Amino acid sequence: MLICCNSILMLLVFPMQKVAMQTRTLTVAVSLLAVLAAALGLTACGSSSSSSNSLALVAYSTPQGAYEKLIPAFQATSEGKGVSFSQSFGPSGEQSRAVANGLHADVVNFSLAPDVEKLVKAGLVSPSWNQNATHGFVTNSVAVIIVRKGNPKHITGWNDLIKPGVGVLTPNPFTSGSARWNIMAAYGAQLKEGKTPAQALEYLKALFGNVVSQDSSARNALQTFLAGRGDALIDYEDEAISDEKKGAAIEYIVPSATILIQNPIAVLSGGNTAEAQKFVNYLLSPAGQAIWVSKGYRPVISGVPGAEKFPTPKSLFTIESLGGWKTVTKQFFEPETGIVTKIEQSLGVSTSK
Amino acid sequence: MSQRPNSASLQALPARRAPALGARGAGALGKGLLGIYLSILVLLPVAALLSKASTGGTHAFWREVSNPEAVAAIKLTLITSAIVVVINAVFGTLVAWVLVRDEFPGKGIVNALIDLPFALPTIVAGVVLLALYGKNSPLGIDVAFTRASVGLALLFVTLPFVVRSVQPVLLELDLAMEEAAASLGASPWTVLRRIVLPTLAPAIISGVALSFARAVGEFGSLVLITGNLPFKTDAGSVYIFGQIQDENLAAAAAVSVVLLLAALLVIALLTFALRRRSRHVL
Amino acid sequence: MFSSGAASISPSSAGRVSGPSPATDTARAAHRRKLGLRTVALVYLGLLLLAPVAMIFYRTFEHGLEPVWNSITAPNAEHAFWLSIEIVAIAVPLNTIFGIGIALLLERGRFWGKAVLGLIIDLPFAISPVVVGLSLILVYGKTGWFGDWLSEQGFQVIFSIPGMVIATAIVSLPFVARETVPVLRELGTDAEQAAETLGAGPWQTFWRVTLPGIRWGVVYGVVLTTARALGEFGAVSIVSGRIEGQTQTLPLYVQDRFENFDSTGAYTAAVVLALLALGTLLAMNLLTRRTRRKAEG
Repeated sequence: MLICCNSILMLLVFPMQKVAMQTRTLTVAVSLLAVLAAALGLTACGSSSSSSNSLALVAYSTPQGAYEKLIPAFQATSEGKGVSFSQSFGPSGEQSRAVANGLHADVVNFSLAPDVEKLVKAGLVSPSWNQNATHGFVTNSVAVIIVRKGNPKHITGWNDLIKPGVGVLTPNPFTSGSARWNIMAAYGAQLKEGKTPAQALEYLKALFGNVVSQDSSARNALQTFLAGRGDALIDYEDEAISDEKKGAAIEYIVPSATILIQNPIAVLSGGNTAEAQKFVNYLLSPAGQAIWVSKGYRPVISGVPGAEKFPTPKSLFTIESLGGWKTVTKQFFEPETGIVTKIEQSLGVSTSK
Repeated sequence: MSQRPNSASLQALPARRAPALGARGAGALGKGLLGIYLSILVLLPVAALLSKASTGGTHAFWREVSNPEAVAAIKLTLITSAIVVVINAVFGTLVAWVLVRDEFPGKGIVNALIDLPFALPTIVAGVVLLALYGKNSPLGIDVAFTRASVGLALLFVTLPFVVRSVQPVLLELDLAMEEAAASLGASPWTVLRRIVLPTLAPAIISGVALSFARAVGEFGSLVLITGNLPFKTDAGSVYIFGQIQDENLAAAAAVSVVLLLAALLVIALLTFALRRRSRHVL
Repeated sequence: MFSSGAASISPSSAGRVSGPSPATDTARAAHRRKLGLRTVALVYLGLLLLAPVAMIFYRTFEHGLEPVWNSITAPNAEHAFWLSIEIVAIAVPLNTIFGIGIALLLERGRFWGKAVLGLIIDLPFAISPVVVGLSLILVYGKTGWFGDWLSEQGFQVIFSIPGMVIATAIVSLPFVARETVPVLRELGTDAEQAAETLGAGPWQTFWRVTLPGIRWGVVYGVVLTTARALGEFGAVSIVSGRIEGQTQTLPLYVQDRFENFDSTGAYTAAVVLALLALGTLLAMNLLTRRTRRKAEG
């Protein structure tokens, strides 16, 4: 890498030297070509080398802190010795799209399964990626409600969120996968409490009526909440735990009925698959899962020390009980006909200008 | 400010060389390279954009552009940009006037800082505006998460355009005309209206065009501060970003094309108005 | 277009009303008017410009110097810094060389479609950075026009440095051309024609006569291009792939720190960017002063 860049530096300096040329044309042409060559030379430098000892991890933004511990721990094992990592974190959907568009990756860890399915469709992930003991998931979490420390508005569950005067924050479901978990958690909880689908929809309408801000990502929504906006933020439990640890003036409520958030992980075919699989195996191992637990994630295997600290909601349900992501996406989040789209439109039309 | 070459450098030139072929070759080579460069940088991406926006034909294009959320986003961006630009025109001219015609301690520093919003990355602008005018504002002003926040961010990033367009013209302005008008009995207001402003108009218009283009395209600084309420504070470029995230590339491209055309139209109109004006200038 | 207003013109020449009012009242009114304008301008600037700048510096250093030093020396921060510099070092010279060429074509060339060329140059002003990123993915992404062919050749454009260079070059394209055109126009062709009659070839004319003449326009353009390129965020964020320690420029790093609640890290990086920008600004102002001094003899 160093040699590569040194030669590029030389190419850049070359045109600046006063070389006596026969015609000015030649000088200019050579200078231009030199600069262009420098740019192209960087292409060669920039193109990723998949040596057997490097893994490219592309993940959604939340587990960035967890990987700070997980990767060194993996590298300390015999399987992971000498393996170097490149890491990329960003919004789940965006990362998935980037990989589909050519971002080099060996392991992907996204917020929800459809983002992996996109890569299956693109031929980058094997269709049997989720045919393992954990169904392709590496971590669990639940949807919780984050409130200000001291809970001044006395929020105890989903039904308090539709009370008048309560400001709710959730990311924009059309830009954030996390937001879709939140909304389905709220919706599903209503069903679990015995309401009919029609009543659950009424609840969603009321909920959106109280939403004061929809940031583009879960992280941004958290920033907005911490900046003082709103009274309640719907978020992942692991985010809430890590923020409390960081000393933010918040506390969180685990509603009695909430959704189990399952985050998928997959190995890409055509890359450093052997090593990548070893890494994923580590993340699913008791040692790896223990680190996830320490960072606030619920484990996907049983018997992990520390997992007892997570309260078990009375009515925990998964996205499957609501029809699975395929059905839910079509029913709720379709850009023109989706239920949530229609709710947003009806609110916008009546409250905008 | 033109620099005439001194006689020494002219005399240093060698005798006449064989003409044409080398020169024409160089010209062609230059133009060719230029063409390639422009194609790579501008034409190719725009062509891809137009192509994507029109997959599905004009019907699909229209549908994507006319969906209510897109319309609201486009409207918000264009209207807010227009308001911001008008405020800029007024205050920018005022600031330029004060910087040129007035003297006060620290003027040099203030003058140097005018360009800061332009040179400052938009993400930094967003961070700072959030810190200053959000909930924890030390100044007690809280406009984050409202429509005013979008306007504020746009005002910040377009601050230098009008000021820097007007300043040079003000500097060149001949005071004799103003003094003559005053001695003939014109009030300061009349002098401003009849003499100063018409002369400044081309510069103000030029600054306005640039401000509008920048405002319409603004992205980074808005993401943090505005809260992105669909239909309420979802600015056009943020909406586009959302569509991209959702794999609706065609929708994103369509809205981009609309915003692009709007900005281009404004620039073209204003440039045209400018050229017509300059023909009337003595 | 971007000159500093350091000239000292007598401020007391604002319009005078001749009429029954005594001279002292008029002068006082004029003075009050001047003060009023100054106050309004300064309050406006204070709220919109000075307060934010002060805020950046305050928030950076509010926890002391050590966290700032740690932030500056973090490996990802250093890499981001050098990556930004590297990208600017490629994009700016390219835009300068081609910018001058475009300006020459616009002012001295004779061909149909000059207006179109001018519009093409202004396009980057009108396109949102997000859209620039989107269009680059449409062209160079795997599912785009050239993506497959390029990856077969072993070239990685998108999600790698070349793509970021292209994005940066696009958004900073117009400045050199825009700054050089008016200077070319004012320079006129007299000197160039004189040189040609004395026997200079076109390239000699360019190097010895034209280039020195447009020098200040080029310099302004370069400084503006650099500032714009340094601060580019939107387009680069889309085409970068956000690979830590590899494709994070300083603006991207600022966002990354902010999102990870490392506010000191974010503000520190922001201060570095602001200082780089101020440095560019300082160069600009120094050059303006030199220009004015030269013009005034």
